[in-house]
Amino acid sequence: MPALEDLYREIVLDHYRNPRNRGELPCPPAKRAKGFNPLCGDEVIVFVEVDEGGRISDVRIDGQGCSISQAAASMMSVSVKGKTLSEARELERAFKTMMVIEGGGSPSSPADLGDLAALQGVKKFPVRIKCATLCWNTLSEGLTTE
Amino acid sequence: MELNLKLNLDASTLKADFPLLGREVNGKPIVYLDSAATSQKPQSVLDAMDDYYRSINANVHRGAYYIADLATTAMEETRSKVQRFIGAASPREIILTKNATEAINLVAHSWGREYLSEGDVIVTTIMEHHANIVPWHILCADRGTRLRWLNLNVNGNLKLDDLDETLDGARLVVLSAMSNVLGAIPPIRQIADAAHEKGAVVVLDGAQFVPHLPTDVAELGADFLAFSGHKMCGPTGIGVLWGREDLLEAMPPFLGGGEMILDVTTEGFLPNDLPWKFEAGTPPIAEAIGLGAAVDYLADIGMPAIREHDRKLTAYALRTLPGRFGDKLNIHGPADTSERGGVLSFTFGDIHAHDISQVLDGEAVCVRAGHHCAKPLMDTLGVTATARASVYLYNDESDIDALADALERVGDFFG
Ligand SMILES: Cc1ncc(COP(=O)(O)O)c(C=O)c1O
Repeated sequence: MPALEDLYREIVLDHYRNPRNRGELPCPPAKRAKGFNPLCGDEVIVFVEVDEGGRISDVRIDGQGCSISQAAASMMSVSVKGKTLSEARELERAFKTMMVIEGGGSPSSPADLGDLAALQGVKKFPVRIKCATLCWNTLSEGLTTE
Repeated sequence: MELNLKLNLDASTLKADFPLLGREVNGKPIVYLDSAATSQKPQSVLDAMDDYYRSINANVHRGAYYIADLATTAMEETRSKVQRFIGAASPREIILTKNATEAINLVAHSWGREYLSEGDVIVTTIMEHHANIVPWHILCADRGTRLRWLNLNVNGNLKLDDLDETLDGARLVVLSAMSNVLGAIPPIRQIADAAHEKGAVVVLDGAQFVPHLPTDVAELGADFLAFSGHKMCGPTGIGVLWGREDLLEAMPPFLGGGEMILDVTTEGFLPNDLPWKFEAGTPPIAEAIGLGAAVDYLADIGMPAIREHDRKLTAYALRTLPGRFGDKLNIHGPADTSERGGVLSFTFGDIHAHDISQVLDGEAVCVRAGHHCAKPLMDTLGVTATARASVYLYNDESDIDALADALERVGDFFG
């Protein structure tokens, strides 16, 4: 069995204890999406605002759940803020490739992912992968809803 | 019988009957505390199923040859064993199903659609498993029946102050004989009698009760009882619906197919006699035989002894765990072990149940985390998830101590 320290890395626990970009945004102009993991009751709510130039100008995270789901959402919020939509999609793809749920394309090195790479250990605990990817699916839903 | 008078069992000796309990996880001996989800299986059950496949595998109720006879007899013996185990009047009242869920669905589909209509009231409780909620929601959507809910009291058991009013006009009362989250055992007889006074029929979900307490359907006073083999030392894929014969006799079939008919023509069919009327298709034969072996195993140890063992171990946990963790640990359900079983749902500080179970897993301690298929109850308790440790006849105080030690580790990560 892989070591728990691989799962609960210090950066991950820090994001869990001190979540970044926590809160809500007025909708509109922001969009809101709610993601739910029925298996464990994790709930992630993403507020996302995109400016006229197609850049994510602000993100806020709400919801509750296990340390991995909440830390992953916090880390995601930091990584996508200020990015263009296509950069954010690229990050999502790279993250999911790291989690081995999306194959194909060029294998991105964890280096491109910055802090997000700290979630790498999650893939050794297959039942927790959904906790780590929930926020990305929710963000993507928020970006595509009208 | 002398065996049934035994009130003590030695869990550490019984452990040796369960091959899985000899394994290690992460280099540590496994501490299995998730029997409310499914129990481990003794060697005798594994052997019975293996013997069936190796020496008498044949379809039942069909072939007129030697091994087919043996297979049929072995399967039908299970029915009689279950009948005696729960004090049913006749083997005709024992319907073999896939699990408790299917047994409840059978009642909802067959009895429910035959006898209930628009506006009829079904009384249930807030502590039910989804298996005893969703079939009734489906019936309500289909027939326009309505659900009315019994709530919890401050002790974590059912609140019965307003029982009479709640039962007013009810046609059906469906409740769990033991909660899979709180461990709470409601006063079943009192509720069943009150329901009958109002002319309602009573369905008991015995998925947690039957594996852990002596069961006598006449004493319980219900009309139907559903339970699963896999929580009582038996295999998965086999469950039981007990029903009063007169009720079963009057009900239309559930699933259609082979086994459940006496005659089929181009015009229609004639249903089989009880209990086969409700057993369409080739049954889970090996599983049924495994269940028979499980019933033998439990009956041999004695259900009073198993109940007493569960109770003592629960009392030990309720005493020692709060002693060690104080207010940080919040165990749900009744404090009085006479009204609860060995299911201990808890929250630990503000640490999420999945993080708790993850760290416990690292210590080879198996507990369940989540909503336990009881979301309405979770809402009532004001939590989204709990961790749950549950005991059975093979657990002893050392398992509770291992749980406590592992909880210390949770504090190391998330303190
Ligand atoms: C109280 C209760 N009812 C019903 C069920 C459903 O049992 P099964 O999934 O075996 O049908 C369970 C098991 O989880 C339970 O604990």
